[in-house]
Amino acid sequence: MHIGEEHRGAAGPADDDTPLIAARNARTGMRLFAIYLPLYAAFVLICAFAPGWMAQRPLAGINLAIWYGFGLLGGALLLALVYSWLCRAREAL
Amino acid sequence: MIYTPAALAVTVFALFVALTLGLSFYFAAKTRSSSSYFAAGGSIHWFVNGVAFAGDYLSAASFLGICGMIASYGYDGFLYSIGYLAGWIVALLVIAEPLKRLGRYTFADALDSRFQSRAIKLSAGISTLAVSLFYLIPQMVGAGALVKPLLGLPHWVGVSMVGAVVMLIVVTAGMVSTTYVQFLKGALLVIFSAILTLLILNRGFTTDPQNAGYRAPRSTAAVEPGSATAELMQSVDSEILPAEGPWKNRPYLRTKDRTTGAVTIWRETPADAGLVKYYETQTLTKLADGKELVNGLPHGTGTGETDFYPVGNITRLPDGASSTGPLGPMQFFSTLEESELMLWSKDPAKIVEPDGAATTFFYPQLTSGSDVLLPGKSPTFSGIRGDAAWPKLNFISLMLALFGGTASLPHILIRYYTVKDQTAARKSTVVGIATIGFFYLLTLFMGLGAMTSGVIDVSSANNNMAAPLLAKSFGELLFAMISAIAFTTVLGTVSGLIVAASGAVVHDLMTSVGRMQMTDHEKVRAGKWAAAVVGLMAIGLGIVFEQMNVSFLVGWAFSVAASANLPSLVMLLFWKKTTRQGITAAILVGMTASLVWILLSGDTFKDVYGLPPESAWAPFSQPGIVTIPLGFVVLTVVSLLTQEHEARAVARR
Repeated sequence: MHIGEEHRGAAGPADDDTPLIAARNARTGMRLFAIYLPLYAAFVLICAFAPGWMAQRPLAGINLAIWYGFGLLGGALLLALVYSWLCRAREAL
Repeated sequence: MIYTPAALAVTVFALFVALTLGLSFYFAAKTRSSSSYFAAGGSIHWFVNGVAFAGDYLSAASFLGICGMIASYGYDGFLYSIGYLAGWIVALLVIAEPLKRLGRYTFADALDSRFQSRAIKLSAGISTLAVSLFYLIPQMVGAGALVKPLLGLPHWVGVSMVGAVVMLIVVTAGMVSTTYVQFLKGALLVIFSAILTLLILNRGFTTDPQNAGYRAPRSTAAVEPGSATAELMQSVDSEILPAEGPWKNRPYLRTKDRTTGAVTIWRETPADAGLVKYYETQTLTKLADGKELVNGLPHGTGTGETDFYPVGNITRLPDGASSTGPLGPMQFFSTLEESELMLWSKDPAKIVEPDGAATTFFYPQLTSGSDVLLPGKSPTFSGIRGDAAWPKLNFISLMLALFGGTASLPHILIRYYTVKDQTAARKSTVVGIATIGFFYLLTLFMGLGAMTSGVIDVSSANNNMAAPLLAKSFGELLFAMISAIAFTTVLGTVSGLIVAASGAVVHDLMTSVGRMQMTDHEKVRAGKWAAAVVGLMAIGLGIVFEQMNVSFLVGWAFSVAASANLPSLVMLLFWKKTTRQGITAAILVGMTASLVWILLSGDTFKDVYGLPPESAWAPFSQPGIVTIPLGFVVLTVVSLLTQEHEARAVARR
């Protein structure tokens, strides 16, 4: 930790990525986002227009609403880890 | 309910606040420049920063509001959890890195890095201030709700206390200290929520919660409608009062005890085969002289006085069991699906007697467990179970605002600048998402645990205290710890917001727009003055909005943030033809449109102005679905119209 470390001046923190890596990272981010967006949109639309579907119990006596909700929470973490891993893998090159 | 402070709770609470303040003073000694005041000098470790992200984000709204909403209505509160976390995906995958590359300290700085325009600074500074203030309201309301049972103090005292302590923190230190406060509190909040969840699972469900003061309401056998007698009510020394005047055509029946004179009010509830059952209600009567009666007796804790009793329980478990014993996390839900619960509601229609006495009713309703585990149980979202289009749009609008709002919040953005580089920012965000996501999983257990443990205070309109009161059912120490953490949660979030707001005032409005020449030292001093003023405004607003559920208020803050900031952020990063006029117009139009929409919505009419919600101008409450696209349209149109102007400006530079 660098508590009390001398600040880096008004220009702000340093940029450690080359433009090439940065552009790739941005593309990776968008691709992963394109996976999450339809999942979230489908959840919202099912809740809004077919809330009855959420009452089905596909597994372990637990309804779809809870499975889907937990899936969106877990999915967000999974995507964040994948993203971080893909970006790190490139930086190591 | 009336709460008496326990010595243990007060001691633990005082220790926490002292620790928080101590940390602030310690780091204050290390803050020397404006860069370290506003953005911690890019010096914070990524893990600390990641947990601090969670600390910033898991505000009073997340902890108190979501748990309270789940405790009242079930799954609907969890919709907020899902939306809030989804917002992080937008922030991490789309906004975080490009923004960090542009960044200085504030949202306006980032937007301005390409254009050097005073107009952008002005509009972004104003929107940062507006969003910060809007987001401060629920935090302050949460603080007021917390101190009531903890210290036995009224709402306004709690709000003022938070305001004062936060101003002290911010004025003495700045971003480094708020980051460490956020780290500490984010970590503690998640750890103690996990402990609480384990205790809930270990206790399992029971039809007879052993919480102090809890009792099930009395009820009768099923009878023909209109055939109630005093004997039926099991109170032989009582008489049934006639349903006259305002009591005519209402589902209530009154019995008066001949000895004490206490009046009990029963609600007629449909049962099987056309029969009805009578359930004892809880009532609050405000007499014309200002005195209060609870359940027919003077409100108080002395002899001859009474208070509301805590409620909320399971009435039937699968296979007729009376308790389940310890449950696994999945079993917790599958058992609830097969159970029946007693939930309490407030009757929106009071009865006002000719002498001016007004009675409010709280009544129990049997509800199936499977119903509370589905969306659409709460009044806020009940429209999604119907056929009308507006309520569905309202819901989609909120979920859109939560999705886009996170990346647009000024106090979240500012934390991207507190680590040294992109890799660290990315790691921070992953740690943040993991911490926040785990916490949101726990909200469902804590909320449903509170719903079924006999801890619900019917008189609290917003149920903001459900989670701490649930902790209380496990003992005074856990209650004290959870409340103190929740209070420091408020302190931390409010500090972060006030730093963001004062940064906007000093950097955007005074230095850039006002062209005031200030030394580093003067900037920090001006920032502290700005922090004090914003703090005072937040105290005032926190007192005015006491009655609203804090999560609902946060939904609005997200709407304003997403409407004002999201179009500019996204287009600046991804559309080369964006011009400074486009950005300025989009921020101002998005912010104004969303604010005006909220001020003209049914919920504001009902809870703030006290007017009938039907007379509101906005067709539904959540503006996002209209005002976020509006921002994009305005930005695109204005940018296209000003292309030539922009080219000339660039050529001149």
